[in-house]
Amino acid sequence: MTFLLFAEQMLNGLQFGIMLFLMAAGLTLVFGVMGLINLAHGSLYMIGAFAAAAVAGATGSFVLALIASLAAAAAAGALIELTVIRRLYKRDHLDQVLATFALILILSEGTRWVFGSFPLYLDVPSYLSGPVTLPGGIQYPLYRLAIIVAGLVVAGGLFALIARTRIGIQIRAGEADREMIAALGIDISRLYTLVFALGAALAGLAGALVGAIQSVQVGMGEPVLILAFVVIVIGGIGSIKGALVGALLVGMTDTMGGVLLPRFFALFLDPSAATTVGASLGSMLIYILMAVVLIMRPSGLYGSA
Amino acid sequence: MKLTKLAMLATTALLAAGAAMAEGKVKVGMITTLSGGGAGLGIDARDGFMLALKLSGSDAVEVVIEDDQQKPEIAVQLADKMIQAENVDVLTGIIWSNLAMAVVPSAVAQEKIYLSVNAGPSALAGKGCHPNYFNVAWQNDNLHEAAGAYATKAGYAKTFILAPNYPAGTDALTGFKRFYKGELAGEIYTTLGQTDYAAEIAQIRASGADSVFFFLPAGMGISFMKQYADSGVGLPVVGPAFSFDQGILQAVGAAALGVVNTSQWGKDLDNAANQTFVAAFQQEYGRLPSLYASQGYDTANLLLSAIGKADIADKDAFRAALKEADFASTRGDFKFGTNNHPIQDIYVREVIQEGDIFTNKIIGVALEDHVDAYAAECKM
Repeated sequence: MTFLLFAEQMLNGLQFGIMLFLMAAGLTLVFGVMGLINLAHGSLYMIGAFAAAAVAGATGSFVLALIASLAAAAAAGALIELTVIRRLYKRDHLDQVLATFALILILSEGTRWVFGSFPLYLDVPSYLSGPVTLPGGIQYPLYRLAIIVAGLVVAGGLFALIARTRIGIQIRAGEADREMIAALGIDISRLYTLVFALGAALAGLAGALVGAIQSVQVGMGEPVLILAFVVIVIGGIGSIKGALVGALLVGMTDTMGGVLLPRFFALFLDPSAATTVGASLGSMLIYILMAVVLIMRPSGLYGSA
Repeated sequence: MKLTKLAMLATTALLAAGAAMAEGKVKVGMITTLSGGGAGLGIDARDGFMLALKLSGSDAVEVVIEDDQQKPEIAVQLADKMIQAENVDVLTGIIWSNLAMAVVPSAVAQEKIYLSVNAGPSALAGKGCHPNYFNVAWQNDNLHEAAGAYATKAGYAKTFILAPNYPAGTDALTGFKRFYKGELAGEIYTTLGQTDYAAEIAQIRASGADSVFFFLPAGMGISFMKQYADSGVGLPVVGPAFSFDQGILQAVGAAALGVVNTSQWGKDLDNAANQTFVAAFQQEYGRLPSLYASQGYDTANLLLSAIGKADIADKDAFRAALKEADFASTRGDFKFGTNNHPIQDIYVREVIQEGDIFTNKIIGVALEDHVDAYAAECKM
């Protein structure tokens, strides 16, 4: 494998990891602070993408589309928290899974009802389209570089928010001891709505960013949701740092595994068998990674035991 | 005890009523995908089917429609319900091959006629063929074979091929290779439902290929085409119509312009049946029809032609009437081969822009009167 191909694949892995982080950050925050399993997180990703596609279609502006995705997903998140999720905090995880699974069905069919059954059009804006040549002669799509940068900026912002602001202190305190911060006079229900909306907004942003290079369609969030769960389990539930490390690990493993394994098997198998075996094992690799991490550290890389 | 008896009586009465209602009419059970990511295909097939019934003005057909959610186990439940409780005569509508494999063999064994609007798995075309099973669309390999034939004719010598790792994906690459004479620059199986193709596109770039063939239906194709166009690789692309049909072209946008794809149907095919169909479909539903819609439309017209000739109660006569395929197909010439799969021309289309709408234009014929590769294995 040439250096160019290898470098391009590393960038692909990095970009995929960053995307996963945007999804996983919200999921892990909600789980860490509220102890809630939210299966409908993928639907918020979908809502973000649809909102972006609708606004981009109406105005032609990609920036407005991104703002719309943040706003729509945050609004949907807040609404869901106020109407449904709020009743679930005291219930056990099975009830939460059932209720949020119902939300997936309702939101999917609701989206179909509003936007129809056919995929929507959302494209990369012209100033970000096409490939650029990086030092070393690597040809790489500019838009994917932009995703990497945007993701890193969001990650930095999130860390600053958690580590340095009053809200961040409250979030961390909420993770540590829910009853205590309520006793200290913090409006816990307002904090929960805020955290949920924040997580939803991040998912919506991820949906809009990815929607421009993928297909904006009903049900687009569920495959990503599964990976996001793998990420937070690897990283340790509730840890933003864990989500970042886990996301990058999963992104790299998935991309490089899918590329390298077929080549590895081609050394001693015939080509078509090698691609089949390699591709199958490649898609299992992240779950193997998860199993290994859980054996070594049962509460994840950065999880509190 | 009394209650059980009462319930049994009621059930018997209802069953009798159901049977009485079905008399004189042919009852069709349509199981198709109306929700989830693949809903666009099922909705098009259903709309095409219902349009043909409406245009015929005939009231000889009663249709029960159910959503299989693209899940095999749900399709099986629905088929059982339709056969046992609804007492249908004909089943149709399934889009996906894995669902067809779950439903069709047991339905035809129970003496129900099955008319396929889309799925054409090789297992049902060869040794597993059945007199009660008619495929009105194509055998799965067909459009890929045509793509292989086109690539050879276009002089491509080093094609990079990729498809999802599932039965229809392997069928696709097998079909392509059957008619492609050049060498392969690479062959990749992707994960089913994969949405990011950056890794595959990097491999295409590094492979030294002169062209790309891919089979990635529905949303997978949209993702691939957008990312491929943005990557600047720029090699010519060939694919089956599934990734460039009317339902998804608007979502792919300009990235698909100029792409060559193979199909047994196109909206500009010059025959009276097709012109009627395209105009009526646009008027009824306010959008252009896709190949799935044309397949649904043809299926309904085939059924109507058989109903005009034979009584559904006389299964032998009805099957013979179906086999004659005496209807005006939107594809022009249409006939069934020995295994009840179509013998038809497969065209080469190019994606063009008409005003704001992206659509396909037929630019040639890839394979004429094409018979699928499994017909010889069918002993019927």
